[in-house]
Amino acid sequence: MTNAWTPDQPIVSIKDVHKSFGPVEVLKGVSFNVRKGEVVCIIGPSGSGKSTLLRCINALVPIEKGSITVEGQEVHDAALDKLELRKKVGMVFQSYNLFPHKTALENVMMAPIHVLKRPREEVEAQARRLIKKVRLEGKEDAYPGELSGGQQQRVAIARSLAMNPDIMLFDEVTAALDPETVKEVLVTIRELAEEGMTCMLVTHEMGFAREVGDHIYFTDRGIIVEHGPPATFFSNASDPRTRAFLSQIL
Amino acid sequence: MTATRNHASVTSEGVAPARGESGYMAAAFTPRVLAGAFGLVAVVVLAGEAWAQLNSGAGQAGIMTTLWKWTPLILFGPKGEFGGFVLNIVVSFLAMAIGTISGLVLGLGLISKFGPVRSVAWAITQFFRNSPWLVLLFFVMLLTPFQIRILGLSIPLPAWLKATVGLALPIMANIAEIVRGAVNSIPTGQWESAESLAFSRLQTLWRIILPQCVKRMIPPWMNWYAILTMATPLISIVGVNDAMTLTQDALASEQRTDLLMPMYALLLLFFFVYCYPIARWTIRLERKYAVRI
Repeated sequence: MTNAWTPDQPIVSIKDVHKSFGPVEVLKGVSFNVRKGEVVCIIGPSGSGKSTLLRCINALVPIEKGSITVEGQEVHDAALDKLELRKKVGMVFQSYNLFPHKTALENVMMAPIHVLKRPREEVEAQARRLIKKVRLEGKEDAYPGELSGGQQQRVAIARSLAMNPDIMLFDEVTAALDPETVKEVLVTIRELAEEGMTCMLVTHEMGFAREVGDHIYFTDRGIIVEHGPPATFFSNASDPRTRAFLSQIL
Repeated sequence: MTATRNHASVTSEGVAPARGESGYMAAAFTPRVLAGAFGLVAVVVLAGEAWAQLNSGAGQAGIMTTLWKWTPLILFGPKGEFGGFVLNIVVSFLAMAIGTISGLVLGLGLISKFGPVRSVAWAITQFFRNSPWLVLLFFVMLLTPFQIRILGLSIPLPAWLKATVGLALPIMANIAEIVRGAVNSIPTGQWESAESLAFSRLQTLWRIILPQCVKRMIPPWMNWYAILTMATPLISIVGVNDAMTLTQDALASEQRTDLLMPMYALLLLFFFVYCYPIARWTIRLERKYAVRI
């Protein structure tokens, strides 16, 4: 368990990752690195393996071949302590997945209290700060069913942040929202990025990716077709598949 | 009218559903239902009365008088003994409690990640769900001793207690199925988000999944309680002083054929008065929780 990782090394390192669901190979050898504080956007057509890749990083989905390290720790390892890994990696989902039987505040407080065993008063103070941070002050006692989609998604972000993760994974977090509420969620994520949080986003929001992303990866049929910083990626895409995709979206 | 009120309480999901249910007794026994139930008994009694007038000699007590005379015995059992309709209710409570707790454990076995546990739980569930209750009852009566010895102390196992266990077995299996179904009905996103927050499987079940299952499980659980209560007269066959046995005893000592129908009608009425509100309440809860999500 000696971990020689230092912050100047990639915080997430993905090497030749393969993953199949039955006969369908979703990831066919994906490799890239994410540095600490970097905001990485993964774009690409549906079914290209973007979401699966994110799920592999926090071991929600096991990989078959290759290597993923998070802060130097190998994820593709039968002896991996998944719970320890997930304490470092926060994840926000397209469908929010808030716990419907708990209020917004309780949703944020649950994991730090029960998983990290931190004292309740301290966790509550932090949870109230986080709810304020995602601009939901006054909604602490609302149940998820009483909140709009955008509000629920911001609670979900606060819930992940309450674990003080080093990396945040966002899996198409705005895909289920209407255009007006998309903005309020994106503002929250941008603030996080500006604070230096390492973020990996699977997204269809090209404008947002261009504005916030440090590096864009375009995936198609399980491989990374093209990547680069947003300035070059969006204006000088060289691969015909990327061009075709971008012309449809932009 | 009640529907709109239920909608309002659904939005605040964590709130205990205590509101509006105090009046359910009154709501269940509408004048029409009461008139129907008592009317049925009255018709049976009057028909018996008329038939008695035709056939019997003088010196016999009226049917109403006779029913009234036996009612305390059938309801509360012989003086100083544990029996009667009260015993049926106690047996139903106990069997339900045992069945619910063991059913919960068995149900968790059904969704275990460990294959052998799942297989054993599945076999137990299938066996007890698909066995006739009466046969199970005989099995338990014959398999268990009438007393057990612990540390030289002999504890008697009364017949009614053994019968309770016999009835709890099929309840256990059916509750296990309810638990399994409820857990499976929770969206997988709940599991995923709990996992990504580093909850262990047990914590996820206990803190996130099962609390959401409770509301879904209550209506079918109550349904099984009503079924169980109506099945409690089965225990009369294995020699327990329940309301059924006592009704038969009363009939035996009266030796009057004209009492047969009225006596059994009275027994039916006891069960109806007890079970009907439960059935109504179950329907209400089903409607109320159906609007969720």
